[in-house]
Amino acid sequence: MSSADMTHVEQMPDDGVMRAADGTPLKKRLARALRREKMRSFVLIAPLLFFILLSFLAPIADMLFRSVENDIVQNTIPETVTELQNWDSASGSAPPEEVYAAFYRDFLVAREKRIHTRLGSRLNYELSGMSGMFRRTGRDIRRFDEAGPFKPQFIKSDEDWGAVETWRVIKKFSSLYTAGYYLSAIDAESTSESFELKPADERIYIKLFIRTMWMSLLITFSTLLLGYPIAYLMSHTKRSTANLLMILVLLPFWTSLLVRTSAWKVLLQQQGVINDFLVWINVVDDSARLVMINNQLGTIIAMTHILLPFMILPLYSVMQTISPSYVRAAKSMGANDWTAFWRVYFPNTIPGIGAGAILVFILAIGYYITPELVGGTQGVFISNRIAFHISSSLNWGLAAALGAILLLLVLLLFYCYDKIVGIDNVKLG
Amino acid sequence: MASPLPPYASSLQIFWYYAFRVICGLIFFFLIFPILTIIPLSFNAQDFFTFTPEMLRFDPAGYSFKHYVDFFTNPDWQQALRNSFMIAPMATIIATALGTLAAIGLSQSHVPARSAIMAVLISPMIVPLIISAAGMYFFYSRLGLQGTYWGVVLAHAALGTPFVIITVTATLVGFDRSLTRAAASMGADPVTTFFKVQMPLILPGVISGALFAFITSFDEVVVILFLGSASQQTLPWQMFTGLREQISPTILAVATIMVALSIVLLGTLEFIRRRSERIRGLSPS
Repeated sequence: MSSADMTHVEQMPDDGVMRAADGTPLKKRLARALRREKMRSFVLIAPLLFFILLSFLAPIADMLFRSVENDIVQNTIPETVTELQNWDSASGSAPPEEVYAAFYRDFLVAREKRIHTRLGSRLNYELSGMSGMFRRTGRDIRRFDEAGPFKPQFIKSDEDWGAVETWRVIKKFSSLYTAGYYLSAIDAESTSESFELKPADERIYIKLFIRTMWMSLLITFSTLLLGYPIAYLMSHTKRSTANLLMILVLLPFWTSLLVRTSAWKVLLQQQGVINDFLVWINVVDDSARLVMINNQLGTIIAMTHILLPFMILPLYSVMQTISPSYVRAAKSMGANDWTAFWRVYFPNTIPGIGAGAILVFILAIGYYITPELVGGTQGVFISNRIAFHISSSLNWGLAAALGAILLLLVLLLFYCYDKIVGIDNVKLG
Repeated sequence: MASPLPPYASSLQIFWYYAFRVICGLIFFFLIFPILTIIPLSFNAQDFFTFTPEMLRFDPAGYSFKHYVDFFTNPDWQQALRNSFMIAPMATIIATALGTLAAIGLSQSHVPARSAIMAVLISPMIVPLIISAAGMYFFYSRLGLQGTYWGVVLAHAALGTPFVIITVTATLVGFDRSLTRAAASMGADPVTTFFKVQMPLILPGVISGALFAFITSFDEVVVILFLGSASQQTLPWQMFTGLREQISPTILAVATIMVALSIVLLGTLEFIRRRSERIRGLSPS
């Protein structure tokens, strides 16, 4: 050791702290190295994290925001909203003249900007007929006497402007945020104090949610029924045969969703292959061809086919790990084939069943394309209703609320999946 | 079941042994036959969706390429094909580049909030497509990206990244970290180490991730229905509208071409998997 090193060592304080060569405490150096490593991993992750936040999570957050956002009333008729605060909606009489005067001024501005019909269609979701009132008055308002009084002129344009209910609705939906879309999404409507469910024959969304879940359950069950034997066969044959069978499972998995849906459409049609075959072998009469498409049956058949690989793959990976000696031990102790399977083998496959079932169920309840194409009117899911509200009825708030409920459902299920399987154990093929 | 039946098997056991195989055969038939049926049907000389008597007699007059000719000459289908091949590769490149980097970052030993980050990065795969589509439609129209090429590409890239992360992470599990240390000790800077040492070894994972991302974008129809405009119509979109409105047998020709494409992709994946297992010294299965 050179004398220079000796002096270096001597300079270090003798306090029992482990030190690196340059004299800094080892603990500090380690912490710095750890920090640097964390930084490096974060720099590598950051671009994607940022990308996902911006291109994916921000849209989801925006959707959640839209499900409660309600600034249209406030923004379109601000003065009226202020005036309405002095009016007691429980009084049983229409608002005073000041409200109508403010409404006249707001209406003129809104009409200038051509946004009064938008407010009309927004309020129409809450009280039907409002859209027409706004359009009619939008035409009449040019002929109004600017000196007032405005109340009779509005009522003359449309007598519903004199109704308490109209103003009650406007007042109720004048706040910036609303739970109204969520209430509609669960078929409820708010009354003056609390809220109550709509009459049974008007409850469409609850029915649709229940149908979506029920059909997803049926699909999950049929994939389990069909997938279990396949996974069992694959895990109990030679490696080379299993690989060949695996390709048969993966081929549909890799085939485009639309290809498979169109295949089912071709097969299940009344003039399609299956019906032709059944008629040809005289099982079904030509005049009584089976209706297998555009109903719930069509959706269930096609989606079972589409989701079957998602059941087989987790089942297979669990079954591969089950040692054959368990069943042999059971049999050696006198169990017959069925008992050995049911009491020993089957319980061991439950993790696989759980993983596959949750995965298929999660995928099924959010399905859109297949129900849309083969589901007709009775076989559609909640997703189809969401799509309808976005592109046809343009009730985006309700679409967002329905989407938020569906999202909550999926996340809950996924939480269970994570607990059972673990998020890192998702395998692909 | 791996071994043939033992000599003492009862007749019930023998019956069940074969019955089970018949049941499995039927299930495999259910899995494969819808896909196989459309292939001969796509050569139908008539505009029908079922086998004509001529086809069943194997009369050459019953078969023709007319639906394929229609696909390759119809400007709508050609535009859709072009759009598909413009959107999917770009989305794949973005998803693969960002996903690979993030997977390498996630595989380091000290990552703060690892599981939370993982959950966020995997989320595009979990959230139902209709919800992603709805959210993206609302948000991208605020940004003016709705109905643009880049809007669709960004959306598809986001949907493809979870697959890249999963496949690359899986290859990194078996990655020997001392190799990068060895490279660094011999004077390679991190970038050289990455491209010369790490990248060739994790390449199989990256390629299969890229294939997954490609097929995700290439097959995707829900998001593009909402985000795209008429000038971004892709093949799946065209098929979707075709199936919903005026169903034309050209769809079957397109479907057959897409089945061929997926067979090629599946073959490539299988090839990569076997090769990487051989390279890493694992026995090829």
